[in-house]
Amino acid sequence: MQILGKTNINFIKWRWHAIVLSTVVIVAGLGQIVAQGGPKLGIDFTGGTELVLRFAQPVTEDAVRGALASLPGDKSVQRYGNAGDNMVLIRLPQALEVESGQTLDDAADSVLNLIRAANIGTFTPERTDIVGPTIGEDLRQKGIYATLTALAGIMIYIGLRFRFTFAAGAIVATLHDVVICLVFLNWFGYELTLNIIAALLTMTGYSVNDTIVIFDRVRENARVMRKDALEPLVNTSVNQTLSRTVITAGTTFLAVAGLYLYGGEALEGFAFTLLVGIVSGTYSTVFIAAAIALLLTKPAPTAGSAARARVKAQS
Amino acid sequence: MYKNLRWKVVVIIATAALAVAAFYPPEDRLKLGLDLQGGIHMVLRVNTEEALTYETETTAAQLQESLTAAGVTTSSVRPVDLTTFVVEGVAPDRDAQFRQLAQDQIGLTFDREAGVGGSYTFRMKPNIAVDRRREAVAQAIQTIDRRVNELGVSEPIVAPYGDAGNQVVVVLPGVSDIPRAKEMIGRTALLELKLVEQGPAPDQATLLQATGGQIPPDMEVVPGMSASAPGQPGVPSYYLVRRLAAVTGNDLRTARATVDGFNQPAVSFTLNSQAAGRFGEITGSNIGRQLAIILDNRVESAPVIEGRISNEGQITGTFTQREVTDLSMVLRSGALPASLTPQYEQSVGPSLGQDSIDAGVQASLAGLVLVALFMLAYYKLAGINAVITISLNLMILLGFMAYVGAVLTLPGIAGFILTIGMGVDSNVLIFERIREEMANGKGARQAVAAGFDRVFVTILDTHIASLIAAAFLFQFGTGPVRGFATTLFFGLISNVFTAVFASRTLFELSLSRKPGTARLSI
Repeated sequence: MQILGKTNINFIKWRWHAIVLSTVVIVAGLGQIVAQGGPKLGIDFTGGTELVLRFAQPVTEDAVRGALASLPGDKSVQRYGNAGDNMVLIRLPQALEVESGQTLDDAADSVLNLIRAANIGTFTPERTDIVGPTIGEDLRQKGIYATLTALAGIMIYIGLRFRFTFAAGAIVATLHDVVICLVFLNWFGYELTLNIIAALLTMTGYSVNDTIVIFDRVRENARVMRKDALEPLVNTSVNQTLSRTVITAGTTFLAVAGLYLYGGEALEGFAFTLLVGIVSGTYSTVFIAAAIALLLTKPAPTAGSAARARVKAQS
Repeated sequence: MYKNLRWKVVVIIATAALAVAAFYPPEDRLKLGLDLQGGIHMVLRVNTEEALTYETETTAAQLQESLTAAGVTTSSVRPVDLTTFVVEGVAPDRDAQFRQLAQDQIGLTFDREAGVGGSYTFRMKPNIAVDRRREAVAQAIQTIDRRVNELGVSEPIVAPYGDAGNQVVVVLPGVSDIPRAKEMIGRTALLELKLVEQGPAPDQATLLQATGGQIPPDMEVVPGMSASAPGQPGVPSYYLVRRLAAVTGNDLRTARATVDGFNQPAVSFTLNSQAAGRFGEITGSNIGRQLAIILDNRVESAPVIEGRISNEGQITGTFTQREVTDLSMVLRSGALPASLTPQYEQSVGPSLGQDSIDAGVQASLAGLVLVALFMLAYYKLAGINAVITISLNLMILLGFMAYVGAVLTLPGIAGFILTIGMGVDSNVLIFERIREEMANGKGARQAVAAGFDRVFVTILDTHIASLIAAAFLFQFGTGPVRGFATTLFFGLISNVFTAVFASRTLFELSLSRKPGTARLSI
């Protein structure tokens, strides 16, 4: 069985369309994030209290909201897990006077007391997350640090393995995917949490993986196709690896889609990030990474520059 | 012919066997994270300033006691802040004696500064204050550790946290009664036995009538309960007690749950020999007076001293059976040097953890089956090869996790799915390349050799790049991020072994029995 035979699609022709499309999405998405005052952060980073309660019988979110009406500050109540689980997620913002630790615990305690008093059903607390401001700050710093060092590490490795223009292409494509993921997370209302950060970095690894496969092929072909200009060289390489790209992206997408659909509430955001990342990573490898590499290698190939534009074979 | 084929097969089978031996049975061998098995994870701040206050107050009270005993009169000895106390009105003719006594008793820990009119300021030496704070944190960790052991938690973590130097992380996997665990850990459990000077009285004003509305310098007011008759429920009351405790929780040798003379739950305790002598002296010379039993700054009861007591005592009050069990437990483990403030708390009930395991395993299996079906349909016999190597990869990954004691978390399960993805990718890369080589007219053996050789560099590149990301994630990440990085890291390493070495061996094995012109089902 074979999905794609020998293809000869001119991907490079579409590079300007791709760059424009990506730029529009990124500018619009980032603009929106900036306009709303930064990405939505989960309580890992902002601090606050999150409770998951499991009721013995069905209960409406409004009933829970009603029970908590006397609690100051904006709180959110939403269904958690599957409908039959009778679980609700209650989230309280960071109290202002929280530094005295008592209040940190008190918020959760008063929620439980108010719901007990409201008499809307028996429940057990299934999960409690209470993050104080100091720890929130700490986690935020560590999260940023982990992301930046991991990105830098990958980029240094690519920089060592490929010539400058291709390394730049891979790096731009990777950053492109990170930003696209952030934009989509924002559009679909997911908050940035530690789990999402982990997913973003995984996605980064995946996207780089994809780019490396094609660039390795370019490097290999460059040895054989010495007389060709860089543009057809890249195009041939993309085409040669196309069936692998499609199959890998397709199967990984399927596996992660299973995670998204059946992995439970806790993994949903994680899986969503990966889904977006897989699509964006595949797209950016074919269109963005190669396009940037070509762009930086211009001016257009003459006999002399084509020879110079050969991909440096370091391996 | 292929060389060393037999040995390669032995290596692969041995690796698989070792891996299975390492993680089987999985319930016992694999450590689950909090998110999967339930439990509590807390970061607590030790309020070390309280330890300083306590030290300063106790030092002041002890100095005053010695001064009184030596006949040096002062108008007041009072703490002013965490590390400072002031002595005022030292009689001029006793000044030299006062200095000598202060120097002998607290010269090592407090700096003395003379003021006007026989007043002195004592300030804790800065290095001593730093030491005391550090000791308070160390002692808090020890105490919490003992309490956690009393709770019977398996594989708990109690350790310093962060750079501030005053935080402690406590992880109790598998704890189901979370409120009780929190209560047991966070309770200061400072037990003090102090002589009662006045009281009980229903309010402070009544209490202080006898002393002219003032609290005498060596005394303090403590709220609590008092019973009209033994065994009766108590009413809120105030006591005026000596500031300096006759006995504290540190003097206890042991404590256990028992019942009092009225068959009410109570805690009985035994003092260590040093404290027993002191306690015998105090009770012997104060027969007929009340002794307040103060727990965390609340009077639990104030029985009348009937006779000389040396090494045993009983804490009575209005306790339930559960309360005395817990109280004797925390008293045995010693008092916390200071109260704890929660900074972070994550607790997961056991059933939610089980739900997550089920969902995660279900999603992983679904992913695996889906991928396997696809590979078989698409690559025919070579698909079997892929299914075997991917399964082998997962086995080795589980074995690694069990062997190094890595914790499996929910994001870790996601890491498994990603490992499946990486395995598929490597297989697809190789298979596609073999197909390509065959399309270019190579024979099966040559195509397989070329496929693996050419793709090896690519696989190395992609894996190293991902390993770098995983390593940084592990190094700088926290909690869930780390759990994920662990699985990803091991998964990547074992994938190089399975997708390249094991898969190639399988190909060679099937080709070795056939003639050189054989076709390949791929």
